[in-house]
Amino acid sequence: MLNIENINVYYGAIHAIKDISINVTEGEIVTLIGANGAGKSTTLRTISGLLKPKSGKIDFEGQNIAGIPAQAIVKQGISQVPEGRRVFANMTVLENLELGAYIRKDKAGIKEDLNSVFERFPRLLERKVQLAGTLSGGEQQMLAMGRALMSRPRLLLLDEPSMGLAPLLVKEIFSIVKEINQTGTTVLLVEQNANMALSIAHKAYVLETGRITLSGDAKKLAASEEVRKAYLGG
Amino acid sequence: MEFLEQLIQQLINGISLGSIYALIALGYTMVYGIIKLINFAHGDIYMIGAYAGFFATANLGLPFVPALIVSMVVAGLIGMLIERMAYRPLRHAPKIAVLITAIGISLLLEYGGMLLFTPQPRTFPNVLESVTYHMGPFVVNSQQIIILVVSVILMVILTYVVQKTIIGKAMRAVSFDTDAAQLMGIDVDRIISATFGIGSALAAAAGVLVGIYYNSIDPLMGIMPGLKAFVAAVLGGIGIIPGAMAGGVILGVIEALVSGFISSTFRDAAAFAILIIILLFKPSGLFGKNVREKV
Ligand SMILES: Nc1ncnc2c1ncn2[C@@H]1O[C@H](COP(=O)(O)OP(=O)(O)OP(=O)(O)O)[C@@H](O)[C@H]1O
Ligand SMILES: [Mg+2]
Repeated sequence: MLNIENINVYYGAIHAIKDISINVTEGEIVTLIGANGAGKSTTLRTISGLLKPKSGKIDFEGQNIAGIPAQAIVKQGISQVPEGRRVFANMTVLENLELGAYIRKDKAGIKEDLNSVFERFPRLLERKVQLAGTLSGGEQQMLAMGRALMSRPRLLLLDEPSMGLAPLLVKEIFSIVKEINQTGTTVLLVEQNANMALSIAHKAYVLETGRITLSGDAKKLAASEEVRKAYLGG
Repeated sequence: MEFLEQLIQQLINGISLGSIYALIALGYTMVYGIIKLINFAHGDIYMIGAYAGFFATANLGLPFVPALIVSMVVAGLIGMLIERMAYRPLRHAPKIAVLITAIGISLLLEYGGMLLFTPQPRTFPNVLESVTYHMGPFVVNSQQIIILVVSVILMVILTYVVQKTIIGKAMRAVSFDTDAAQLMGIDVDRIISATFGIGSALAAAAGVLVGIYYNSIDPLMGIMPGLKAFVAAVLGGIGIIPGAMAGGVILGVIEALVSGFISSTFRDAAAFAILIIILLFKPSGLFGKNVREKV
């Protein structure tokens, strides 16, 4: 579904992504793990079109989407939940969700999806007219996920959904990610919480200072000595 | 009693003048809210609007409302054109480059206006009969009432657009977090263009209203009201729409009070004194919260 081939991304002179290739098959959860500053967010921002790769190909469902503007990529069916949630704090929960459906015109379908988001996240329904900035961290994460789902993506990019959340909430969020995947959305999950990410993913890539150092079946990677030492605390 | 009458009379004058400042200030604040640019050419768009209204009435013989609409459309398109030609290519340039460009555009419009329209002031056609009402001791001009009514209608429409429509929500989203807005599929360039269009149209309406009220327009007429409206936007909190509305009215009232009770020579000084005081004591403006610096 998503096939990234040898992309290179720069911030000015900084070479942040070095010749990365990633392959996401439809229906999977693929996780990208790595330490701070490895280039995980940069990878997602490049897929979403917020950054342009200097070289390489990003193929989504048979089309090269490298370098096309971010708003066009959402229309292609890729939606991102950015790092730090980035909800529109000065707007209500409902308005945030409406903006998630910005590219759509089908009123009936939007209404339907709004209801299913509220079903999946009942806490958002209770806080429908509350300003997003007044939500707790976990609620904001749910809102950011709900907002991304409102565009009806076929591929959902998640950037560290567990960041700053209590362990119980992290579990909840991860089980929701699994659920979203089971209802037919392919997921590319970026995480520092490698344990949790590997436990729900089918496939994993390990990123180290801009390069992929390991990749393969998530269960196998979770069992490997190398990954256990570096990312799973022994 | 004398004092109270004078006070109320100046309040009436001030609110009418202030609603003009508010209309212009809205464009400053909306553009600032979305691309963090003080668009110094904005006062000149107000002048363009006045001229468009002048030609629509004097040459095309249009009555007030159609002329107002024509002027708003023309100025809106010119505002969008300026954004497209002058500011969009500088989207990733340093702020100072854009600011200098804005000053350049302002001069271009002022002196281009002199070239096209001649520096000679024009007498605005008398499209709205001026009737003076005496209500007890107070004097209200029918044109003052129209200025107020038109301004209020436009501000209500604007508030509706910004609060309730999807384009308004997109504007607020872009202004809050451009990247996140792009991730929603919002075409940021189009929203910026629409913002310039709307802001310019509001300034044009102010230009037409002033043209009718003072009867006279000239190519440099936008300089002072442009600066005053900028003060009004800062007073209310730059980037905040209700702030621009309140800032405009407050500034108008203060100016009227200063003219009425002290001397009209201090009017302009009062406006800029307010700017200095605000910048010293509450730089985020009356409606501003703690400064939210983007990282
Ligand atoms: N806007 C930027 N300008 C310059 N360098 C940047 C910018 N954003 C990121 N970088 C650099 O690119 C590299 C990768 O950053 P990135 O944010 O992709 O890391 P990450 O893996 O997401 O880290 P984290 O887990 O902390 O979120 C880092 O060295 C970072 O300093
Ligand atoms: Mg990151």
